[in-house]
Amino acid sequence: MRRILYAALSTVAGLVLLVGVKTYGSPSAHSSTAGTARDTGATGTGRADGSSGTHNSSGSDGTTAKGKASGTPRTVAGQTVDTPYGPVQVEVRLSAAKILDVNALRLPDGNQRDIEIARYAIPQLRQEALDAQSAQIDTVSGATYTSEGYIRSLQSALDQSGG
Amino acid sequence: MAAAPTLTRGPKHVEHVMGTAVSIDVRDPAIGPETVKAVTAWLHHVDATFSTYQADSTISRLGRGEIQLADCSQTVRWVLDRSAALTRLTNGYFDAYHSRQLDPSGHVKGWAIDQAHHILCAAGSSSHCLNAGGDVRTHGLPSPGQPWRIGIVDPQDPSELTAIVQASDIAVATSGTAERGPHVINPLTGRPASDLASVTVAGDNLADVDAYATAAMAMGNAAPAWLTGLEGFEAFVIATDGARWWTDGWATPELHASHP
Repeated sequence: MRRILYAALSTVAGLVLLVGVKTYGSPSAHSSTAGTARDTGATGTGRADGSSGTHNSSGSDGTTAKGKASGTPRTVAGQTVDTPYGPVQVEVRLSAAKILDVNALRLPDGNQRDIEIARYAIPQLRQEALDAQSAQIDTVSGATYTSEGYIRSLQSALDQSGG
Repeated sequence: MAAAPTLTRGPKHVEHVMGTAVSIDVRDPAIGPETVKAVTAWLHHVDATFSTYQADSTISRLGRGEIQLADCSQTVRWVLDRSAALTRLTNGYFDAYHSRQLDPSGHVKGWAIDQAHHILCAAGSSSHCLNAGGDVRTHGLPSPGQPWRIGIVDPQDPSELTAIVQASDIAVATSGTAERGPHVINPLTGRPASDLASVTVAGDNLADVDAYATAAMAMGNAAPAWLTGLEGFEAFVIATDGARWWTDGWATPELHASHP
């Protein structure tokens, strides 16, 4: 009999893992549940109080300077990645190792469907990069093919920045 | 100046292999690039052996009947045996023979990362995080006192996170629709599974959680009952209508955003 050993969770407020209290399979309650779950999703935590109280006092991530604007913003280009939809490359603007913005330098071109996918993916991935940064996560589970191209590029850019 | 100690990190590497991008994030500064090279070499070997996209891979040739199982390495036979066991454990919902083509890739990717994890541990790594296109395996702590934080993508809004798993040693896999749309086929009906938007499974090895997440997606509304019975594994399910469900052992929910 095996049990999963989770690292001990601190009681510091701001560490959301899941929200939502509805029992699965109650059709009448689904709509209210869905709204609640999404309104109080994990990303709200990262921005909810806007302070560094999100993490425990050891605060040892060392990768961001919250609230600080030191350093000249610089631009880092990720590697070009081949996806099934064509080559993708992302440019990341950094300021003090905090991501300011993400722009796609090269998009898959070609047929209309490729262009549609790219158009859908880019703004979301720009936002995703920012949210991932504010949520202080180390990695993401759930990426899809086109996203991997971008995320990989983002990681590449962050790696080059020495984050 | 921040008082937090700066961690001197080991190599961080991304390798394109097995049809995805594999991120190798080693936090142990004692681990050198030669170990990472051993890991990437392993992953490419797995690709050459098991890829259904390579016509001359062992799996492709086996699938076409050009070679027999007895001709294959012990490793290949072991992987296929395990795939068969997983088919039984999932009541047929994880099936390496779905679509009438031998394709154990739902199990192989997680298994390959598990072996990569063991390579790093054997080399002495005290801390690392491997991510193969969303299949994650972590070890140790990324920095003193801090667990690994694994963001789970919201399938209905891939720019957002819907949950964060915190752990030191864990394997996490998510099977879902997201941008690709329904691509998990229910092997019992042959049609795309459409009840669920995503399933995340956490456990102590990626090979199993990979297959279980895929199987649960295919099961649709029957997934929670099955997942509840899975000893030693925890899960988080999001239905296409947005409803969330999770196993009793999935971490304690805490509310933080204040309601208006």
